[in-house]
Amino acid sequence: MSIDSDTARKVAKLSRIRVEEGDLPELAQKLSSILGFMEQLKDVDVTGVEPMTSVTPMRLKRRADVISDGNQQAAVLKNAPDAREGFFAVPKVVE
Amino acid sequence: MSADMSGAASRANGWTVAEARDALRKGEVTAVDLTMACLTAIDAGDGLNAFVHKTPELALEQARAADARLAGGDAPAMCGIPVGVKDLFAVKGVPTQAGSNILRGFRPEYDSTVTAKLWGAGAVCLGKLNMDEFAMGSSNESSCYGPAVNPWKVDDRQLTPGGSSGGSAAAVAADLCLAALGTDTGGSIRQPAAFCGITGIKPTYGRVSRWGIVAYASSLDQAGPMTRTVRDAAIVLEAMAGHDPKDSTSAELAVPDFEAALTGDIRGKKIGIPREYRLDGMPTEIAALWDRGMDMMRDAGAEIVDISLPHTKYALPTYYVIAPAEASSNLARYDGVRYGHRAKLAQGDGITEMYEKTRAEGFGPEVQRRIMAGTYVLSAGFYDAYYNRARKVRALIKRDFELAFAAGIDAILAPATPSSAFGLGEQGGADPVEMYLNDVFTVTLNLAGLPGVAVPVGLDAKGLPLGLQLIGRPWEEADLLNHAYVLERAAGFVAKPGKWW
Repeated sequence: MSIDSDTARKVAKLSRIRVEEGDLPELAQKLSSILGFMEQLKDVDVTGVEPMTSVTPMRLKRRADVISDGNQQAAVLKNAPDAREGFFAVPKVVE
Repeated sequence: MSADMSGAASRANGWTVAEARDALRKGEVTAVDLTMACLTAIDAGDGLNAFVHKTPELALEQARAADARLAGGDAPAMCGIPVGVKDLFAVKGVPTQAGSNILRGFRPEYDSTVTAKLWGAGAVCLGKLNMDEFAMGSSNESSCYGPAVNPWKVDDRQLTPGGSSGGSAAAVAADLCLAALGTDTGGSIRQPAAFCGITGIKPTYGRVSRWGIVAYASSLDQAGPMTRTVRDAAIVLEAMAGHDPKDSTSAELAVPDFEAALTGDIRGKKIGIPREYRLDGMPTEIAALWDRGMDMMRDAGAEIVDISLPHTKYALPTYYVIAPAEASSNLARYDGVRYGHRAKLAQGDGITEMYEKTRAEGFGPEVQRRIMAGTYVLSAGFYDAYYNRARKVRALIKRDFELAFAAGIDAILAPATPSSAFGLGEQGGADPVEMYLNDVFTVTLNLAGLPGVAVPVGLDAKGLPLGLQLIGRPWEEADLLNHAYVLERAAGFVAKPGKWW
């Protein structure tokens, strides 16, 4: 399968990565190369094969539903590009 | 450096972990002297671009504490041992960027479980090591710091140390540290180890906690040591391994005494040679090295058995569906809100523009491509055709190994890489897939979750190191390391890169 500039633009949007219009053809070409590589998987007979879900057959452990951590507001906010009054600050989300 | 430091101690940066441990316990050297020798070598090694964040003050503080502990007689094996840490591991208060501009300025408020265990055992942190951005690469060239350089050099070219743990491999090979931490998602410990002539082990998935290690592809990522000897790998791995309630995939299994398993006795063991690994066009030097490895194992009393892993050729395409799919999900967290870079916004930009500009500025081209490839294979209409199909093929790849082990195979011997180190800038410029082919021998066992170790075995005609890889049964790193120990002793690889940096 080959990816065109329209598909590349859509994938970039879904990925929340801005790509300039002029860069779309090269991106499409490189993504096509990667997808072309993946196409080999079509040659494998996977009839009746269950998709692998975990490396070792282990049941994910459950833990008690209790508070085990917290009260670290300053530490949590310390690396934020913009933190104000104890919150993460972002541009206006709703008009 | 202390005035009375002996000549031997000033070269202690070149010691093995085992030698340093024994000398520290006997009081023949102090952790401070050992650390100073490494810090001096690191400052003289800037041309290698291996250490990208140096932590001399932290190192000396930890070294002084280690000396006090050694004097008190309470000294675990890693007490006073200076190590380098791949930039993927969170270290409290130390820049942790995963080789990416999107994490510029990030200083974690916590340590990864692995680094916390090492510091708890008295190890000394020398700093953070260069790597491919988010561990995506096989040459260290996708790093935001620029590439680390291989200390091995045979002409006027600078060679790649491999990747993604390129800085770790270069630092250990150039004697900047005694051991380094690496991570391996598709070969990122074993390929650079082979390119730099050192030893590196990727443990069984779940043996080492992933908590606090920046995630790339969570079902494949596993941390491990990179060292100058197999014994050192055993010592450092033991300190890193163990169950961690904070990583739900970490196994609740006791950690064996890996060093004690190094008996050198593999008589009667069955070593599998997968015929599918003998690729068309395999360089004769790689094929000859592999044959020599078989002779070494045979001479040690093991039986060489021809085996088949029929789905081998599908491992790379499977990996390049699954890893980008997981990465696209894992890297969604870099949104410019909680940590790292945020783009400068224009008048009227809303939150979507903030995400899109931040991620375009922060992620390099290869990371962007993998996020987008992963997004594509997970998107509606393609999920079954690509992602689910890859997960099914992955099950078949894993079954290939299970059948081989069920037939009595103890370990599998294979090349580690399809070539020796190549020049920086020589691969993957036009087609990203060219670079992906570097992982052809290493990626299968990440998909199957198996342990694998790369051991330096010889030099090619150009004078560059080549490694072989041993693949073990799940959870049997001890046995695997013993096989590697036999290979190491038989190969007698003692070559070191000449110092040009």
